Amino acid sequence: MKLRDIAHSRAGDKGDISNLSLIAFHAADYALLEQQVTAERVRLHFAGIVHGEVTRYLLPQLGAMNFVMHQALGGGVTRSLALDAHGKSLSSMLLDMELD
Amino acid sequence: MKTLRIGCGAGYSGDRIEPALELAEHGDLDYLVFECLAERTIALAQQARMKDPSLGYDPLLEARMLAVLKPCADRGIKIITNMGAANPLAAAAKTRQIAVSLGLGHLKIAAITGDDVLEQLRQGDYLDDTGKPVAAMGSRLLSANAYLGAQPLVDALAQGADIVITGRIADPALVLAPAIHAFGWAMDDWQRLGQGTLAGHLLECAGQVCGGYFADPGVKDVPSLARLGFPLAVIGEDGSVEITKVAGSGGYVTRATCTEQLLYEIHDPAAYQTPDVVADFSAVTMTECAPDRVTLQGASGHPRSGMLKVSIGYIDSYIGEGQISYAGPGALARAQLAQAIVAERFALTGVALTEVRYDLIGVNALHGDRDVPGEAEPREVRLRVIGRTTSLQEAIRIGNEVETLYTCGPAGSGGATRSAREVIAIRSTLLPAAQVSPVIHFEET
Repeated sequence: MKLRDIAHSRAGDKGDISNLSLIAFHAADYALLEQQVTAERVRLHFAGIVHGEVTRYLLPQLGAMNFVMHQALGGGVTRSLALDAHGKSLSSMLLDMELD
Repeated sequence: MKTLRIGCGAGYSGDRIEPALELAEHGDLDYLVFECLAERTIALAQQARMKDPSLGYDPLLEARMLAVLKPCADRGIKIITNMGAANPLAAAAKTRQIAVSLGLGHLKIAAITGDDVLEQLRQGDYLDDTGKPVAAMGSRLLSANAYLGAQPLVDALAQGADIVITGRIADPALVLAPAIHAFGWAMDDWQRLGQGTLAGHLLECAGQVCGGYFADPGVKDVPSLARLGFPLAVIGEDGSVEITKVAGSGGYVTRATCTEQLLYEIHDPAAYQTPDVVADFSAVTMTECAPDRVTLQGASGHPRSGMLKVSIGYIDSYIGEGQISYAGPGALARAQLAQAIVAERFALTGVALTEVRYDLIGVNALHGDRDVPGEAEPREVRLRVIGRTTSLQEAIRIGNEVETLYTCGPAGSGGATRSAREVIAIRSTLLPAAQVSPVIHFEET
């Protein structure tokens, strides 16, 4: 099962930091997200793209969490050489993660 | 209980205009706001202003005002916008000219300046977020603008403004200010300032809370994105917030769209820094009270830091880029060969690159090289070569080396494009709020 089957995500950008929300479609699936989609797992998932720390913030009442990924946008949106300088497509990469 | 209806007619400078008109005509609004300033917009506008002192404001200001001034004036809807960009005074003068041409010369139009702190930073001893002295950027420094808070907007409204035009200002302040003005909220009522900031944050990207930037066919289907409605917030005197849109417009407002937007560009949800309040969204709850109506509760706040973020625009470097496509059997191998040829040419001809990046669009451009077992070879691959240089002349050489692949590279190449441009980038710093003095100007009637 992929994350995309049970959750949705949106990417935001500020400087060289990308943040990804991860939101369960159904409240019942939130516990699984919290258990499996750790900050460390997300850091490994984005190896080669995210070069800094990943911090996770939890909002269980919304079935949501927020990942803040440092050194993730090629040095910063306004000077990055990346095709997707804002990292808008990183949300789709998160949802590609396989769950156990 | 007194309530206020505030619509958001733009989430960025180039946004659609008809949804704003729809809000003005059918939203039963008290206020229509337009949020049009991305990080780098003011630096670009500053360059336009240097070429022509009557410019430097949002390029769509005229089209937007022509569309909404009459319907807003007819209904008593006030307009608040940061479309002033690098030149709020010229934007106000242009708006006044449009108002007069529409027979609306009675409208009181205010411009707010004081966000421009370029001279202060040029002469002072300030460090940017990378730890380098700002003044050392010299002639490469283009703009420096502090994010103002709600207070100057509140003051302009108290002085009777029908339209307020600003430069750089914290996005949520465009929505928070009319609530403070209408309800007399205290500037240390952190709970209400937190809820008002929440409303502003949800509205500031316009269509993004109504199903824009959301659809994923088969998983998240959204109706009628071609006529996506823009949002409005119903804010109560007690700080209650409901997000909705005009009935019959495209898209939808649900808990899911509101939750995505709640966390959009947020780091610690318990500490969202604005000039007015450190908003705390960590305990926000949402209820779908009716179709396309979501109420949000539980935002609070902590005292503001007293420091204002300053966005600094500067000429960073030059970028040159070239792209070329390959298709059919062997497309990937030909694109890889083309990439290797260009890399060798850069070395052979001595193109002075400070940074270079090669992408195979359709393969690894967005998510990098990923080893997916069993994945079929792509039908089409587009090579993208992009590099950074210290001069425009050198940047032009990058695209040229891609274009010459037509006659000197692998078989069956098509659709080569090339470009070179100056890069305006952004750094930031902090200034004590006491060192920034907003000024309200009223256009003469």
